[in-house]
Amino acid sequence: MTESKEIRFSEESLALVQRMMKRYPEGKHKSALIPILHIAQAEFGGWLSAPVMDYVASILKIQPIEVYEVASFYSMFNLKPVGKCMIEVCRTSSCWLLGAEDVIRHLEKKLNIKVGETSADGMFTLKTVECLGSCGTAPMLQVGADYYENLNLEKVDQLVSLLKSEGKRKSYTDQPESRTL
Amino acid sequence: MAKKLLLKNDHIAGIQGYSVYRENGGYASVEKAIKTMTPDAVVEEVKKSGLRGRGGAGFPTGMKWSFLAKPAGVARYLVCNADESEPGTFKDRYLMERIPHLLIEGMITSSYALGANTSYIYIRGEYFYVARILENAINEAYANGWLGKNILGSDYSLDLYVHVGAGAYICGEETALLESLEGKRGNPRIKPPFPAVAGLYGCPTVVNNVETIAAVVPIVNDGGDEYAKIGIGKSTGTKLISASGHINKPGVYEIEMGVPVEEFIFSQEYCGGIRGGKKLKAVVAGGSSVPILPGELILKTAKGEPRLMSYESLSDGGFATGTMLGSGGFIVMDEDTSIVKNLWNFTRFYHHESCGQCSPCREGTGWMEKILHRILEGHGTMSDIDLLWDIQGKIEGKTICPLGDAAAWPVAAAIRHFRSEFEEYIKNPKSIKDVKHYYRLNNLVEA
Repeated sequence: MTESKEIRFSEESLALVQRMMKRYPEGKHKSALIPILHIAQAEFGGWLSAPVMDYVASILKIQPIEVYEVASFYSMFNLKPVGKCMIEVCRTSSCWLLGAEDVIRHLEKKLNIKVGETSADGMFTLKTVECLGSCGTAPMLQVGADYYENLNLEKVDQLVSLLKSEGKRKSYTDQPESRTL
Repeated sequence: MAKKLLLKNDHIAGIQGYSVYRENGGYASVEKAIKTMTPDAVVEEVKKSGLRGRGGAGFPTGMKWSFLAKPAGVARYLVCNADESEPGTFKDRYLMERIPHLLIEGMITSSYALGANTSYIYIRGEYFYVARILENAINEAYANGWLGKNILGSDYSLDLYVHVGAGAYICGEETALLESLEGKRGNPRIKPPFPAVAGLYGCPTVVNNVETIAAVVPIVNDGGDEYAKIGIGKSTGTKLISASGHINKPGVYEIEMGVPVEEFIFSQEYCGGIRGGKKLKAVVAGGSSVPILPGELILKTAKGEPRLMSYESLSDGGFATGTMLGSGGFIVMDEDTSIVKNLWNFTRFYHHESCGQCSPCREGTGWMEKILHRILEGHGTMSDIDLLWDIQGKIEGKTICPLGDAAAWPVAAAIRHFRSEFEEYIKNPKSIKDVKHYYRLNNLVEA
């Protein structure tokens, strides 16, 4: 695979990957797969391409299929390109009771995309997710590591403007910034 | 004012950090256990306390610990289940975010009791920022000699790590969690063997919820007997309740077991009543999987007595007139809530989160979601209600793990108590805004 040769973790990420692998007993390094996939997703554009997964497999000395089957099981791993900011709106339970559907509809209109799509400028991907454990501060959404809670449509507008003005890619592994507006 | 054991210090500024936590009595349970108690003595205190698992199942913790196999030369593990994904439940997140050292202290004391030298906190991936808080707390604990080699000069050593998941409700099931921790898909394992015999990496393992492990701290500090004095009957101690939905004061409350449900919903100390002065229609008392109850039945037991926040009282009358304490995810719905639409929302959740391993769950959850969607779209027939009843019955108890049950129970309870609302949707979908408070208590014999 020519492509996979070009894929390399940064020195900083590689050190983190090696630290992760040491958390598990000798011979049980596959346990580090999910944490390493998070690092890979953050470093390689917010999604896991086949060459990236092959690279992770080579680090862990496991078969690529073992990586594919894990990456395709967990909802936090993206198997196709996504926008710089993935807006994940919780749609379950109390978020639904307290207006999550309005938030989703509003975002669809504002970003001119449907759930699951990415905006034309590549800035936003809109996704619905199952309960994010924020029911007492519903409705809520997540962008990268940050939770935005007690939402109303005005707060959603403010957030979208803020994210646009920053123009940065957001990842789960980021240091949390401000989790409330 | 209710007695608080876990959240007694959560209002103190800086309690998230080690020094303030330590100044307020933190890590005393580790000191007491390692310096003055044998591991078996710690297990005995937990048994005496009557503590039941706070993740949802309510199994006695001390008994679970005593099942742990102890073959010579084989590693044992303690794994904390911080994969809090049950809709309506957010207490563990609150506890870990506000008082991370309480969980770390509980992990050390519990690991000592179980003879585990490596322990893991498996936390759902969406709580990445909470994982960072825990990692900071773990680093502080290492720096101050509570973790690592020869803790407090004893011959006991412990390494503790946080492990993040990646978005899968099923990983809250203990064997699925272990599969995930081993770097695999979160497919539940067939039991037996139970994790106490063959768990992580095939070694004896105890998996406990965050709140359960945190509760070990006051149990060791004050003694199991003192803990058992709090609460009512076999529901001892305190419980964290995540209250949400149409209430004035959503949040996490630590209650003494036995508080009347009516007091919990309507008093200012807790939920502060229904928003906008509306009527109470229904409550899901223990997270989305437990049976929904109409307002009248959540306030009174089958015998007509005030229903209490306890394992026994909430389940009084079985699934026909009772529910479960579950994870303590308390979702309150006002008179304007559509039970059918709420059920569709829950069913969609279970369909999405089914791991796909067992056909009844994989196929049945999707089928139920489709039928409910059809009813909501105005294309349902009366036979659909019986079909839903039939399908849920063919899922319950017929899967490897309890996710099948979790998907089936809400459907059965909604039909049992609110059948006429389903009928109204089918007969006259356009008039559904008028459906506010229909339920059929006279239908209970069907259960």
